[in-house]
Amino acid sequence: MGQTLSEKVIARTSGRTSVVPGEIVWCAVDLAMVHDSSGPRRLGPLLERLGAEIWDPSKVVIVTDHFTPANDQAEVEIARVTRAFAHDRGILKYHEAEGICHIVPLEQGYVRPGMLFVGADSHSTTAGVMGAFAVPIGATEMLGVFVTGEIWLKVPETTRIEWSGRLRDGCMAKDMVLTVLGEIGDDGATYQALEYGGEGVYALPFDERIVLTNMAIEHGAKAGVIPPDDLTFEMIGGAGRETAVYPDADAHYLRVLKHDASDLVPQIAWPGSPDNVAPATAAAGERIDQGYIGACTGAKYTDLAAVARILKGRRVAPGIRLLIAPASKDVMRRAAESDVLATILAAGATLLPTGCGACAGLGHGVLGPGERCISSTNRNYPGRMGHVEARVFLGSPLTVAASAVTGMVTDPRELL
Amino acid sequence: MSLRGRALVYGDDISTDQITPGKYLKLTEAEAALHAMEGIDPTFMTRVKQGDFIVGGRNFGSGSSREYAASSLRIAGIVAVIAPFFARIFFRNAINQGLAVLECPEAGQIHEGDELEVDVLAGEVRDLTQGFTLTATKLPPHILELVAAGGLVPWLERKLAAKRAT
Repeated sequence: MGQTLSEKVIARTSGRTSVVPGEIVWCAVDLAMVHDSSGPRRLGPLLERLGAEIWDPSKVVIVTDHFTPANDQAEVEIARVTRAFAHDRGILKYHEAEGICHIVPLEQGYVRPGMLFVGADSHSTTAGVMGAFAVPIGATEMLGVFVTGEIWLKVPETTRIEWSGRLRDGCMAKDMVLTVLGEIGDDGATYQALEYGGEGVYALPFDERIVLTNMAIEHGAKAGVIPPDDLTFEMIGGAGRETAVYPDADAHYLRVLKHDASDLVPQIAWPGSPDNVAPATAAAGERIDQGYIGACTGAKYTDLAAVARILKGRRVAPGIRLLIAPASKDVMRRAAESDVLATILAAGATLLPTGCGACAGLGHGVLGPGERCISSTNRNYPGRMGHVEARVFLGSPLTVAASAVTGMVTDPRELL
Repeated sequence: MSLRGRALVYGDDISTDQITPGKYLKLTEAEAALHAMEGIDPTFMTRVKQGDFIVGGRNFGSGSSREYAASSLRIAGIVAVIAPFFARIFFRNAINQGLAVLECPEAGQIHEGDELEVDVLAGEVRDLTQGFTLTATKLPPHILELVAAGGLVPWLERKLAAKRAT
C-alpha cells in the first residue's frame, strides 16, 4: 500500500521501509528547535542533573522570542540563561530578538524537505510548510531528544485537505484555515497528520502557505505538511530536491476534505475558541478596542502588505489601537524598504518589537477585562491575550486592518 | 499502581492558556504552580488537596505546548487526569512529568467530589461514591514504563546509568 508524506518521513527516520498508522516507533530527529521559554531555562538544569551532553549541537536551533526585549529582571535572566546555554554548549543556530521561532528557521533555510523536525512549541507544525514532518513537543520531551537524538512517535493517521480553485480578492489563507476549523473543530484532527494539496494551496505565496501548517495544531493535529513544489525549493536557493518526499498516489487517508477556494468569503472566529467560525459579515458591527497584527501566523511580509493595502489613504478609527508586531526583523526590514511600513504608520498604527508578544499574553498589547480585539494570530481561548474576560476575534490581516479602520468587525471586501 | 482520591470535575476543551495563563510563564515551575487552573477556576488552589484527580471533558489540555500546565497540576497535588480524550501535547507532557493520564470515554459519568480509586497500569477507574467501574484505554508498554518510572527524567536517569554500567 502507498504511504503518505508523514509515513515516509517516519519510516526513514525509524529505519524501516514502511510504517502503518497506530505503530509506535523510535525515530532519529533531524532538527530540534527550542525557544527561550521552553528551552535552556528548563533543559540546562536537567542536562546537568543527568550529566548528559547534547547529542548533536549542529542539529539544535535556539530562538529567543518570548521574553525579548525584556520587560523586567525575570525576563532579563531568562534571556541571559538562554544565551549562555547556546554559547557553552556550542549551539551555533542561535537567534535572539531576530524573530519568532517558527519563522526564523524558515528564513535561515534550516528546515529542509523530508526532515523530521521537532520543536518545543505547539506551533512547530509550521515547519511542515517545507514538506518536513514537524511535530510540536513539550520541554521535558525535548530533554529526551537532546540526550538521545531520538523520540518515540505513534504513526498518525493522515487527513488530506484538498483545496481546488483559487482564493478571490479579499480572502487569505487564514480564511481557508478558519473554514476547516469551523468544519471539524479544534479537536477534529487530534493525533492526526494533515496533508494539504490542490490548486488553492499551491497558488498561495509561501508566506500564506505558512498559515496552513502553522495552524494545523489548532485542529489538534500532530503535524501539517505541504508536499514540496518548485516554490518550496526556491525558498532554500533551489536546494532540497534530493531529500524531498511525496505522498504516493495510492496512499491511505483517514479522510479527504474537499473545498473550493474560489467559493470562500472572509471568515472570523468568535471569541473563545478558534473553531467558533462564521463569515465576517455575521459579526459585522461588533465593536472593537484593538486590532492586532502579530505572531508566527499573521505578521509576515505578505500580511503587512495586505494591511498596508487596506490602510493606504485611510486612518485607523479614533479610539482604536492597531498594533503591528512583525514576525521577524527581516520582515520589518522589508516592510521599511518598501512603502508598506510607511503606509501603516501614516494610518496611525503602532509598531511593536518582533516577538511572540500579546499573542502569548506577553509583552505589549495585552487586553483588559471586557476589552475587545480582532487579531491575525492563531488562538483566542479565554485569557490567551491577557485578561480572561477579554474578547478576541480572529481574522485575516485584511479583516483585522479593515476592522481597525471602521472600529468594528468588517468584511475587508468593503474596503478593497 | 492504585491511587485513591477525590474528583474535581471540569468541562470540555480546557486549554493550557486557562490552566497556566501566559503571564506566569516567566515564573519558576514552583511559582507558576501556585496559579494552576486560574483561567478556568480561581477557587481551584483553595480547594485542591494532595491526591485529588481532575476529571476533564473532551480535548483536555488543548492549545499551547507549555509544560507548566502539566507540572502545575502535579505540583498542586493532582495525581492523575481522567478525560474522554486529551490534546496530544498535553498528554505526552503529563506522562513525561509523572502525571498519570487516563483516556476514559465515559469520564462524564463521574460527579464533582466523587471518591475514586484509579489503577493507572490496569486502566481502571472505580467510582466508589456511585459504585461503578470505568475502563480507560490501555497505555502501550513503553508508556507504562515511563509512568511507572515517575516520568521521563527518572526514566532517562536509569537508562543512562545502565548505559554507563555496561
